[in-house]
Amino acid sequence: MLNLIILCIILLLPLSNFLVLGLASRSIQQPLSGYWASFTMFLSASLSIGVAYTYFIEKGTVNGVFPPLELLRYPWLVFGKNLSIDISIVLDPLTVIMLVVVTFVAAMVHFFSLGYMKDDKRYTTYYAFLGLFTFSMLGLILAGNLFQVYIFWELVGVSSFLLIGYYFTQPAAVAAAKKAFIVTRFADFGFLIGILIISFYGESLDIATLIERLSNPASSQSILIQSAGWLGITALSWGLAMIFIGGAGKSAMFPLHIWLPDAMEGPTPVSALIHAATMVVAGVYLVARLFPVFELSQSIMCLITYTGLFSAFFAAIIACTQTDIKRILAYSTMSQIGYMMFSLGIASHEDHYLGYIGSLFHLFTHAFFKSLLFLCAGAVIHLIHSNELSKMGGLRKWMPITHVAFLIACLAISGIPPFAGFFSKEEILLASYHANKFVFGIALLTSGITAFYMFRLYYSVFWNKDQHLDTHHGEGTGTMIISLIILGFLSVGAGWFPFSTWLYKGNEPMHTHIDLLFSIAPVAFSLIGIKIAHSLYRKPSDAPQNLTLAWGKFYTAAYRKFYIDEIYKWLTQNMVFNFFGKLFNWIDKNIIDGIVNGVGTGVSSIYFSIRGMQSGKLQDYLLYFFGGIALGMIYFFYIWK
Amino acid sequence: MNERMSHIPLQHILIFSTALFFIGMFGMFTRKNLITLLMSVELMLNSVNINLVAFNKYLFPQQTGGIFLALFTIIIAAAEAAIAIAIFIYLYRTHHSIHVDDASEMKN
Repeated sequence: MLNLIILCIILLLPLSNFLVLGLASRSIQQPLSGYWASFTMFLSASLSIGVAYTYFIEKGTVNGVFPPLELLRYPWLVFGKNLSIDISIVLDPLTVIMLVVVTFVAAMVHFFSLGYMKDDKRYTTYYAFLGLFTFSMLGLILAGNLFQVYIFWELVGVSSFLLIGYYFTQPAAVAAAKKAFIVTRFADFGFLIGILIISFYGESLDIATLIERLSNPASSQSILIQSAGWLGITALSWGLAMIFIGGAGKSAMFPLHIWLPDAMEGPTPVSALIHAATMVVAGVYLVARLFPVFELSQSIMCLITYTGLFSAFFAAIIACTQTDIKRILAYSTMSQIGYMMFSLGIASHEDHYLGYIGSLFHLFTHAFFKSLLFLCAGAVIHLIHSNELSKMGGLRKWMPITHVAFLIACLAISGIPPFAGFFSKEEILLASYHANKFVFGIALLTSGITAFYMFRLYYSVFWNKDQHLDTHHGEGTGTMIISLIILGFLSVGAGWFPFSTWLYKGNEPMHTHIDLLFSIAPVAFSLIGIKIAHSLYRKPSDAPQNLTLAWGKFYTAAYRKFYIDEIYKWLTQNMVFNFFGKLFNWIDKNIIDGIVNGVGTGVSSIYFSIRGMQSGKLQDYLLYFFGGIALGMIYFFYIWK
Repeated sequence: MNERMSHIPLQHILIFSTALFFIGMFGMFTRKNLITLLMSVELMLNSVNINLVAFNKYLFPQQTGGIFLALFTIIIAAAEAAIAIAIFIYLYRTHHSIHVDDASEMKN
């Protein structure tokens, strides 16, 4: 069950979907393509679960750790004796867990889309794009080589671009796709530089080799990378900071988060898959993958911690003021990824890497409840045909199953026991409590705000004002409901998985336990948030309106997303376009064009000055000839001697 | 070696050949008819031949290199004249003239 062929099937099924459905998108008709794609994804997901079962249960641990399995290593580009790029597939606990999460959520989203996208003209193309995305994401996870990671990293970016711009007839979707691509591409440039720095000093691109060399303080590579530096910062820190920029771009960390809310222009199931559960956590995955290297630089760990913490808090505040259901969820995603990031940042040896485990556990549970939230939002949008909260309200009567699923997901994200989010958030908060009290305080506050805005959303959509809809169908189609139910169960149950016995650092599994006394504070904060949301949004009232007026300028600033987009716009308009653009334009027009035109005009002016010599009169040529000979003779006889 | 010839000093022969050369050159600069030009070229070649023969006779009487070189020049001049006249005939067919200034399509 645990061999290369199985993994290749898991990896190549989505690719075959992309190729077959993409090439034959006109000849394969509507229901067939969706059913086929969903079937292959379910196959892929069940194989992944089988792989996980074999890896964790049947094979078990060797000397207290799950051994990494290298299933494939093929030298692809050989540059010399020391440097080659090997295509490799490596299985370790992190990979296996991500494999299950990605294939499972992808299968759910494929299945959900059967109903959601059924009226769409480019239905088959949509499934082809989903296949490309799933393939790229799986490739990213399985890669055992930094360069391979980078290739799939870019492929993921491309498929995200294609899916955000899926409704390409709407200008907003086109703009959002371009924005997402440019911002993440800008960050990926940092990632590439980081890879180059790290692999230059580490003399390898293989992740396991790099970790082994760099984390051994006696190795020559480690000594070199710690001693070399620029501007007072070591080469190691530079390389890791650049890699983190790549991760921050993909994971929508401040200040590279601006693309994520706009990316909600894509179809809602796509938001659930790419912009909630899988692609946006690629940054967290990358940091976790290279964690033993990141751990070596305290300053970069600090950078990760505070970037994550600020993003978590900042996004939570913005989410309280937005009125677009998907944008609220997007900011909530950003906030939760911020949690995962700072949790990685504070993870240390002292408390057995609790932060590391908590972060990845949160990644695991978040994938389920956040994709559930997005799919519920998709079902609501399917009914209302609008994203605006003001058009919604009282929907609990019309769609009871979606209502319950959404409530479960909200409770999970708010960290109310016994739902999934409680367990993972608990570990993160416990780790931050031990590591840094300031971080803990902000995290606690953020979790309260999270509960508030999630329940603001919940009450605004499902309670608040009653409205009468003219339709009878209410709930979405059968496939939509089934995927909501499955994800709903997982949002309850995912927290009960013995996650820390599978994924840990060190030599023995860590048995996390719930410290009931410690849980009082986070749960109380969440309950307060829920209570405030309940009193404000449970019934239609003027209270929210009055409250926004009372907050005044601060509310406006948060509603306008703290003017980050405007700042970027100002920077690009004034700095990039006006300053650099004008400068480069001047250089181009005057210097570059000047050289090119100068060559032309120079040659033609020489031509005009000497064309008169070619008079067409034989005697003139004779004169030149004899004149030349005479001059030559004068030279040889009198000057040269 | 003829006794009468040896009374003529080398300088006289060189002055003669120089005069012949410049007469040829004058002809080349002033005439427009191609046949006249060809004749001028022949004059210049012959002045050179006279030089070669004279130097051979006066400076190296035991050797014959100069004389043979002059013979080669005469042969080449004959061949050149044949080609030149062929060109003139062809030029006359296309331009109905053998005036040098009439064949100036490629000027400038």
